[in-house]
Amino acid sequence: MRATTLPLAVTAYTATSALGLGLGAHLDALDQQRSGLRANDFGDAPLPCWIGRVPGIESTPLPDEYAQWDCRNNRLAWLGLHQDDFMAAVDTARQRYGASRIALLLGTSTASIGATEEGYRRLENDRRLPDDLHRRAIHTPHSLTAFVSAALAIGGPCLTISTACSSSAKVFAGAERLIRLGIVDAAVVGGVDSLCGSVLYGFNALELVSPEPCRPFDAERRGISIGEGAGFALLERIGPDTKAASRLLGCGESSDAHHMSTPDPEGLGAELALRDALDRAAINVTQVDYINLHGTASQKNDAMEAALVARRFPPSTRVSSTKALTGHTLGAAGIIEAVITLLALREGFVPGNAGAATPDPACSVHFAWRNEARAVRIALSHSFGFGGSNACLALASARAVA
Amino acid sequence: MNTLRVQVEGIGLWSASLTDFDAFRRLLAGEALSQPVTRPSASALSLNERRRAPEGILVAIEAASQAVSMSGRSADSLACVFASAYGDQATTDYMCRVLAGVPTELSPTRFHNSVHNASAGYWTIANDCHAPSSAICAGHASFGAGLLEAAVQACADNRAVLLVCSDTAGVGPLGELIGCRLAFGSALVVSPCADASVPRLSLSLVAEDPQHAPLPDVCLAWMRDNPSASCLPLLALLAHGGGECVLAASEQLGLHVKMEVTA
Repeated sequence: MRATTLPLAVTAYTATSALGLGLGAHLDALDQQRSGLRANDFGDAPLPCWIGRVPGIESTPLPDEYAQWDCRNNRLAWLGLHQDDFMAAVDTARQRYGASRIALLLGTSTASIGATEEGYRRLENDRRLPDDLHRRAIHTPHSLTAFVSAALAIGGPCLTISTACSSSAKVFAGAERLIRLGIVDAAVVGGVDSLCGSVLYGFNALELVSPEPCRPFDAERRGISIGEGAGFALLERIGPDTKAASRLLGCGESSDAHHMSTPDPEGLGAELALRDALDRAAINVTQVDYINLHGTASQKNDAMEAALVARRFPPSTRVSSTKALTGHTLGAAGIIEAVITLLALREGFVPGNAGAATPDPACSVHFAWRNEARAVRIALSHSFGFGGSNACLALASARAVA
Repeated sequence: MNTLRVQVEGIGLWSASLTDFDAFRRLLAGEALSQPVTRPSASALSLNERRRAPEGILVAIEAASQAVSMSGRSADSLACVFASAYGDQATTDYMCRVLAGVPTELSPTRFHNSVHNASAGYWTIANDCHAPSSAICAGHASFGAGLLEAAVQACADNRAVLLVCSDTAGVGPLGELIGCRLAFGSALVVSPCADASVPRLSLSLVAEDPQHAPLPDVCLAWMRDNPSASCLPLLALLAHGGGECVLAASEQLGLHVKMEVTA
């Protein structure tokens, strides 16, 4: 069975993370290799670790008309939507295609569970969520997508994809299928995850949280640093108006079938997703200039992924993880790193693999330990999640396919 | 929009009162419900996994196994979409209670069971399935949105797709708010329909509210008490071998489903 994919134009995109608000802040931080991680100051008795926190969320509630959705995760979504004129781009698309001809697919791992956690800390009579949090709209995995659908006035299919850390990469695959089949003409994709007790203490219970800022692909790496982020992209068919836009060439997906919380050390599932992306994009490994790796700084992910790079790619392919800058934004990692990859394509540079002082000997010559100025025409972004959920995006500059 | 055409190769169903699709057929035929059971067997899982998995995962796996078995397909190469409005509510309640108490006592197993794609993970691991798996949510419209997603995957990539949609009873303060009162799961194996002589579903998005032919009162109660039970109008079409209905596919959209049987 030959997989096909319709190449699409990425006509607008934006990211908000610990690196700052919008593309300019991300480009500056990447350029200077400036990490957004800070000592954990989230919650009352913070675990001794480092986090990627977006400042100011606490003091900016949603406007009254969206009050039912007010919570940290949706505030972060709102903040993210307002960067880089993204809402204006969606307005233009809505006028062109009609609201019902635009789909919304967002990834999130924990949605607004932070609000549910807060409700349980302030229970009335130990059995009822407090009045201010007694709102059905936020205590559901669909909270984010329902809110953004209302905020953007999107009337087409509206889907939350929640496959842990691959969530906001898989949204690209879902959007491509809807556009290819003619069910919609455009799609807003993206993802938002915010800091909460569930992930900080959950990953801590799995002994995956680093006590120091995370060091992807370092020989002495000690685990992940959790971050939060919001990112969005607008996907449209390629046409006369979209000639200058970057391209989504294809999305690969697979399952590890190995373990709930650790990747297959052989990297079979990751390699299947990679192969699927290459097949759908109709490219081969020699054409891949850059890969933004999943690179979480967990022992097992980085060992598996370094071996996959060494096994499959020629030395001309440059690779790096940018999680030492942003932290691991979990369900938002797919979109945040897709945006970083789009910036690499647009600006012509390979972001350095920050955070590694002593590279793991398993890392091959492919690794860019510092920023490199070079043309990047075709690039991949890897996202691998709990439950063995893998996704790989193939992106290209408009020049590469002109 | 373009109409999607799929055929249904397998059907799975599990709730305490309806433990498979045949039980639903008997209900529609006017037979009385049998005594409720307490727990799905979920025999696709190893004993160890069955012990570790919460009810939400067991219900999803049981329904999935029934549908795949009826389809005669091999689960190891079947793409899958697991839909749920709320995920495993007992696990969410547990997580929030521990986090409100002594958060460092959180169980690592219960944390990994808390991800929305936990059922997809258990399923693909149990079946050595490397095909794409997804876990989706669309609130009360999760079944309709999941059916759309499964049909889109089937038609876009010309492959059979397993759809599972399940929710569990609410627990604790979260349960009080949400009002989900029973466990309910269903599953379908759908594939693109090229052969006009095979009974098929035609799916199209419409700006309409959900509607369906009359169903037994108990079905309407289940649909009120569990968002995943909104599959029942569609399962009734499959049981009757014809008809049409509109399922919620989002806050604003309906998914019009027509079962066509043409010689």
